[in-house]
Amino acid sequence: MARKLLFEHIDKPGIRGLEGYRANGGYRSVEKALRTMAPEAVVEEVKKSGLRGRGGAGFPTGMKWSFLAKPVGVPRYLVVNADESEPGTFKDRYLMERIPHLLIEGMVTSCFALGANTAFIYIRGEYFHVARILEQAIGEARAAGWLGRNILGSGFDLDIHVHVGAGAYICGEETALLESLEGKRGNPRLKPPFPAVKGLYQCPTVVNNVETIAAVVPIVNDGGEEYAKIGVGRSTGTKLISAGGNVKRPGVYEIELGLPCDEFINSDAYCGGVDGRAFKAVVPGGSSVPIVPYELFLRTAAGEPRLMSYESLSDGGFVSGTMLGSGGFYAYNDAQCIVRSTWNHARFYHHESCGQCSPCREGTGWLDKVLERLELGEGRAEDIDLLWDIQRKIEGNTICPLGDAAAWPVASAIRHFRDEFEYHVTHRQKVKDPRHFEREPFRRAASPQIA
Amino acid sequence: MPKVTIDGITIEVPEGTTILQAARMIGERNRADRHVVPPAMCYYSKLETSGGYCRTCLVKVPKGSDKDPRPMPKPVPSCRTTVMDGMEVANTTDPTLIDARNGVVEMLLINHPLDCPICDQAGECDLQDLSYENGTAASRYEFERRTFEPIDIGDTIKLHMTRCILCYRCVKVAEQLTDGRVHGVINRGDAAEISTYISQAIDNDFSGNMIDVCPVGALTDRTFRFASRVWFTKPMDAHRDCDTSGCTGKVVLWLKGDEVLRVTGRKDQWGEVESFICNTCRFGKKDLAAWTVEGPRNIDRHSVIGQGHYTLKRVQPVLTSPAPNVPELAKRKELKDR
Repeated sequence: MARKLLFEHIDKPGIRGLEGYRANGGYRSVEKALRTMAPEAVVEEVKKSGLRGRGGAGFPTGMKWSFLAKPVGVPRYLVVNADESEPGTFKDRYLMERIPHLLIEGMVTSCFALGANTAFIYIRGEYFHVARILEQAIGEARAAGWLGRNILGSGFDLDIHVHVGAGAYICGEETALLESLEGKRGNPRLKPPFPAVKGLYQCPTVVNNVETIAAVVPIVNDGGEEYAKIGVGRSTGTKLISAGGNVKRPGVYEIELGLPCDEFINSDAYCGGVDGRAFKAVVPGGSSVPIVPYELFLRTAAGEPRLMSYESLSDGGFVSGTMLGSGGFYAYNDAQCIVRSTWNHARFYHHESCGQCSPCREGTGWLDKVLERLELGEGRAEDIDLLWDIQRKIEGNTICPLGDAAAWPVASAIRHFRDEFEYHVTHRQKVKDPRHFEREPFRRAASPQIA
Repeated sequence: MPKVTIDGITIEVPEGTTILQAARMIGERNRADRHVVPPAMCYYSKLETSGGYCRTCLVKVPKGSDKDPRPMPKPVPSCRTTVMDGMEVANTTDPTLIDARNGVVEMLLINHPLDCPICDQAGECDLQDLSYENGTAASRYEFERRTFEPIDIGDTIKLHMTRCILCYRCVKVAEQLTDGRVHGVINRGDAAEISTYISQAIDNDFSGNMIDVCPVGALTDRTFRFASRVWFTKPMDAHRDCDTSGCTGKVVLWLKGDEVLRVTGRKDQWGEVESFICNTCRFGKKDLAAWTVEGPRNIDRHSVIGQGHYTLKRVQPVLTSPAPNVPELAKRKELKDR
């Protein structure tokens, strides 16, 4: 069984409360950092660990922290991004529900390293019950002296505030999140300046994902080098993957990065294989990352076995690769329709576009409408090229990555499943039945090119 | 001072200048070089934090600076990107960028009603110019367009949200020129709209400037509504001693005979007013006797108002489906006899 760092004690009774958490070695990293380490030394450990942002982009956390501007007399902030809204992703919710003190412990240690005396948890509105759990945990921690003034007599003060969002995917983008936290409309800001220089209230700010901050706890406890031993190459440590779709055992799994994809999807320790049919396609990192055929998920275009790591999953670039993303893993069996799923994604991005910049505001709606037409049996042959052209004109031309996130699923679906799109044009009557592939799975003319 | 090269033309500019400002400086230095200036629909040099939204001013940066010569991976908004010493910029010289810009223009037009024949802005509309230069003859969009009912915001301004391209300029005017902003953007995505707070009328001394900054016909002057096409009016520079603080009293009168049909700010060659004017000057002085007339205003930029003297900044690419040949049609007998 693989090592677990974040979920080691998750099934222990009473782990949600402070007492149970403390009994299982909780808040050791705070004691270690505040009593024996300098803030810079904590940053150094995080750098050594090779930890990369777990929210989706995979940016090295230590490097992000070292970019934080430190002007004298200006407060610095840590903001935890708990606006987990990427379709297919539910790992942070599970962590916060089950073991909220792990996040708080990580925040105390991280704030100490960053020199921040105020921290925020921006949590999505749909997680209202989780916000309650967090607030209760923060109350316990404050009463026990893990938060507040002069923590452990070290002279370090910290307050944590929970802020509940109002239901917008875009507020998961770090600058839109900051705008929303300031009480404004959640529109992404133009970068530069980056939040590390001008973030919340125009002060230097670090925005990190829940899982990233939680991972700081084992890094400080065991040392960055120990953490870096887990994983493969530049993908170090463990990663939470929320598995869903047509797998036998959906759920949240903590994996060591570098686990073979075949093992993850087929072994009974994880997803347990397909739910009675045959796998068709996989989205390994949340709805924004490119969809790949099952064969290309197991092996790269060069025929190498693929691993669950940042590098291996993106091997082949956009042509034959995908991304680890936020770890929102879902698989499709052969009853599923790729066009329908792509339409569903497009509908989501259309609904969630903030409307600030024109390619995304107008383009996402256009994609939605063309895909709707195709899926409902009203499509035409030229629609496929039209879709390709629209996504091409959104990608890379927008302020924030939502435009890219809307474009990539469409691009990859057409790239890998063009024959299925064409089937929707040639068999209009058949696809009018919403369960068209359930009775008669789509048979591909040829399996995807694997050298 | 940093040196920047745009489409092969080099200029030295003060520290902190944006690419767009540098390009405009090149255009001001030599009119023949104006092709290096990217179009801008949302940026307004007189409004802070404007720009970055419309994406029409995107440029490619093949060389970041002398210090760090790596190219920038994505197109950048020239209005909000500061130049670095030795930077090289491609505006009209990169085919992929022209393709991207044409894409942005297409996106801006898919939900625009294209009701130019009944729009007061026609003839001085930035979107008309933009689509004339970067658009295609036909749209590929076949779905129902987004529509809104036109509403009156105050007794002098009409809002046609249907025509809006969400440049946020009017919101910045309200934020920066007037006290107590009562309008802003509500809703999200392609349902986003400019709206007043609980239908409150906009009523303050400088609200009329929203009309001048609006690049399209979304905000128009109710006192000029349907009074005339702009190209039938004669623009004259004029001024008066205005006692509203912050107002220069320098305006353009749009005359038909001796009748003042409309008063606006003076727009420069980039379509921006030289100074903001108050509502008294704009709406309250529709009498020629109230003004000292300086002389005719030279208008050189706009597509329609130029009355046939308009020239394209660049050669348009050949359209895939050529438009019908007009001289050929004219030769046909049934058309001649009509």
